[in-house]
Amino acid sequence: MHPVVRLVAQRIALGLLLLIAASVLIFVGTNILPGDVAQAILGQQATPTALANLRAQMGLDQPYYIRYLHWLFAAMHGDLGKSLANGQDIATEIQGRLANTLFLAGVSAAIIAPMSIILGLISALYEGRWPDKVLSGITLAWVSLPEFLLGYILIYFLAVEYPIAPSVSTVYDSMGFWAKLHAIILPVMVLVMVSVGHTMRMTRAAILNVMQSAYIETAELKGLRPFRVILMHAFPNAISPIVNVLMVDLAYLVVGVVVTEVVFVYPGMGQYLVDHVAKRDVPVVQAVGLIFAAVYIGLNMVADVVSILANPRLRHPK
Amino acid sequence: MADQGARALLEITDLKIEATAYPPGEPPQDITIVDGVSLQLQKGRVLGLIGESGAGKSTIGLSAMSYGRGGVRLTGGKILLNGQEIRTAGPGKLRRIRGHTVTYVAQSAAAAFNPAKKLMDQVIETSLQHGIMGRSEAEKRAVWLFDTLGLPNPTRFGNRYPHQVSGGQLQRAMTAMALCPKPDLVIFDEPTTALDVTTQIDVLAAIKEAIRDTGVGALYITHDLAVVAQVSDEIMVLRGGKMVEYGPVDQIINAPRQEYTKALVTVRQIEHPEKPADAPVVLEVDRVTARYRGTNFDVLKNISVELRQGQTLAVVGESGSGKSTLARAITGLLPPTKGSIHFAGRELSATLAGRTRDDLRELQMIYQMADVAMNPRHTVGTIIGRPLEFYFGLKGDAKRKRIQQLLDEIEMGKGFIDRYPAELSGGQKQRVCIARALAAKPKLIICDEVTSALDPLVADGILKLLQELQKVEGVAYLFITHDLATVKAIADSIAVMYRGEVVRYGPKSQVLSPPFDDYTDLLLSSVPEMRLGWLEEVLAHRRMESAGN
Repeated sequence: MHPVVRLVAQRIALGLLLLIAASVLIFVGTNILPGDVAQAILGQQATPTALANLRAQMGLDQPYYIRYLHWLFAAMHGDLGKSLANGQDIATEIQGRLANTLFLAGVSAAIIAPMSIILGLISALYEGRWPDKVLSGITLAWVSLPEFLLGYILIYFLAVEYPIAPSVSTVYDSMGFWAKLHAIILPVMVLVMVSVGHTMRMTRAAILNVMQSAYIETAELKGLRPFRVILMHAFPNAISPIVNVLMVDLAYLVVGVVVTEVVFVYPGMGQYLVDHVAKRDVPVVQAVGLIFAAVYIGLNMVADVVSILANPRLRHPK
Repeated sequence: MADQGARALLEITDLKIEATAYPPGEPPQDITIVDGVSLQLQKGRVLGLIGESGAGKSTIGLSAMSYGRGGVRLTGGKILLNGQEIRTAGPGKLRRIRGHTVTYVAQSAAAAFNPAKKLMDQVIETSLQHGIMGRSEAEKRAVWLFDTLGLPNPTRFGNRYPHQVSGGQLQRAMTAMALCPKPDLVIFDEPTTALDVTTQIDVLAAIKEAIRDTGVGALYITHDLAVVAQVSDEIMVLRGGKMVEYGPVDQIINAPRQEYTKALVTVRQIEHPEKPADAPVVLEVDRVTARYRGTNFDVLKNISVELRQGQTLAVVGESGSGKSTLARAITGLLPPTKGSIHFAGRELSATLAGRTRDDLRELQMIYQMADVAMNPRHTVGTIIGRPLEFYFGLKGDAKRKRIQQLLDEIEMGKGFIDRYPAELSGGQKQRVCIARALAAKPKLIICDEVTSALDPLVADGILKLLQELQKVEGVAYLFITHDLATVKAIADSIAVMYRGEVVRYGPKSQVLSPPFDDYTDLLLSSVPEMRLGWLEEVLAHRRMESAGN
């Protein structure tokens, strides 16, 4: 077997293993929370018989590991259970939310990835000179501001003073692509601003690290233009660390946008999670947790696979 | 260029090169790296720049491209390339010169090639970027150069990535890369230093032929006078950034005028008469076979050697021959799969965990890179004191006294005990490592390439010291090296290793005299000798032999 195939298969297997481990943690975590679900549903006045019946009905009287296996088995078949709060099927409810979150994350990522790489390259090219310092200063300021503050500032300027984008990012299924895009301008800007500083600086650092290599001196002594040196000789060798940090940021866009979603009242996963945590809706919390874990692990797996594929030693064995 | 005969290709006058040093805790200060060096090179000629590390030879070489490595600044003098001043030229003009008029061959081709790109793309990049020729013409020239340089399968060689070819091939590919854009001048910066001797001779011959065929001028930088004598027309000897001697190669080798040059010419001629084989055996390696975990071939195959008390066994071989692995097996770092090791009359446990403290104490090691073998945050006293405390429980004054005694033994007097490794020279660092090994009062010290990273004169000092210590302490050395001159200078018996096997073993006098086996013959005849025409003789001899076969 080609070593790359073997390594990639290994990564994927490891990812699945990790996902199962995460599911255990999520299950244990949500179950050791104090409080009785049946009691919470039926209220303080419930009779012991009613409680026992409800527990039996929900399977709460069974041992932990049986319940875990049931849950996992069902989840693997797309059945995430029913919400305790409103009795709705969680999978159906999440579908639309997840699509919204992925839309927001996807649009942001489509801007963040090329922007941070290009800005990183420019910073590396002008290391220590004014373009580097200006970029560094601006992006650092963005990273340092809390998301909600950034969100409200943008709303003030771009929705109130100069109304070019809506302050509330309501989207619904019947909206067209461009209408949706228009609705999410501000949250996308916030996400780009808080992420790009991070990825850009990592790109810069990865490239400057490679710039210390002997083969960069070779390229310089070939009389190549500085930008060609960076683009053709440094960048291909810096892909792996850049992709890694990019994937961590993308994962953040999916699992960490709660605050931004709340500020812009965007109907995504984050809002959904926050609403149901408040209602102690354990199945929903478990389901969302599992999806977040899958996204996180999946994206990091992609980063690993890209790193493997970017390594000429693995791609072209002796 | 019509008037080439009249004017030099490269003319450097009164060159001054400076850098800024940042000593810890002190204000930055300017230091002079090269001072008042002048040279002249005609097209088609080769000038050898020779000196120890820190002599400024690479810095001078790169100045021919008006390039300062790190923070190095070319602060004074004239650098005329084809009659044009380049020291003060702007970046645009320099880009047109670099890679076009002047090209560079680095010491470590393995590091100097971009690992992510195919060799062909890198070799022809300069020609395309400078608009010297089109892609197909450049590729044709590259293939021709691969062929001239003796690379296997020249038409397909360029499709490979750097990690897919050997070090010797990579060095030749780098030479092809330098010659491809038809430069006027090529700077060779220690192009064969990182290679095995048997590989070096081929690369050396290939470079010499390529220089002749293409008619370029060359600066050839090396620390090895015997090597530079084979390829140069003239030699400049440098020391501490200043010129020591400058003349035709014949005069430098056969009639050196300066003391320093004389020392360089006569270096590595330590006489070491072999000791009689009457002392008791201290180390006996008996049919040892070993392999690394997760691999399916033996790196050591049925190795049997023995070493007598107070004597030196040199294990010699090229990279990958298994000589360092043998040391790992003896020290217990790599337990053998078969065979046994007897030491000082007892059988050693195969694994490190199974060995007693005395086993550990009596068997010490010294490494090639003294730099990384010491904790940079410990003082010399702490480094040498550690085994004293660990093995003998010495403390306080008694420990300090013993440390000083050891420092005296390695000829480093007072004032060193409280210094840090960073404040020492390469040779001094290696001496400290020797003292640390001696502190344990060992019966055997394994020396793994201990002089390979040192300049020849410094290496000589270390070898002499090791011999002195052997006389006084009666310690035995297992001396691992790829350098046959070192072997001659120190060994009592020799084991020649090749691909995990001992192909020749016995007392020095016997191993180094004919009749030779094929490999030992190849190895011995590949060591550059300090006389003109040696390279041609060897090559002619080999051609004759292969024709005879």
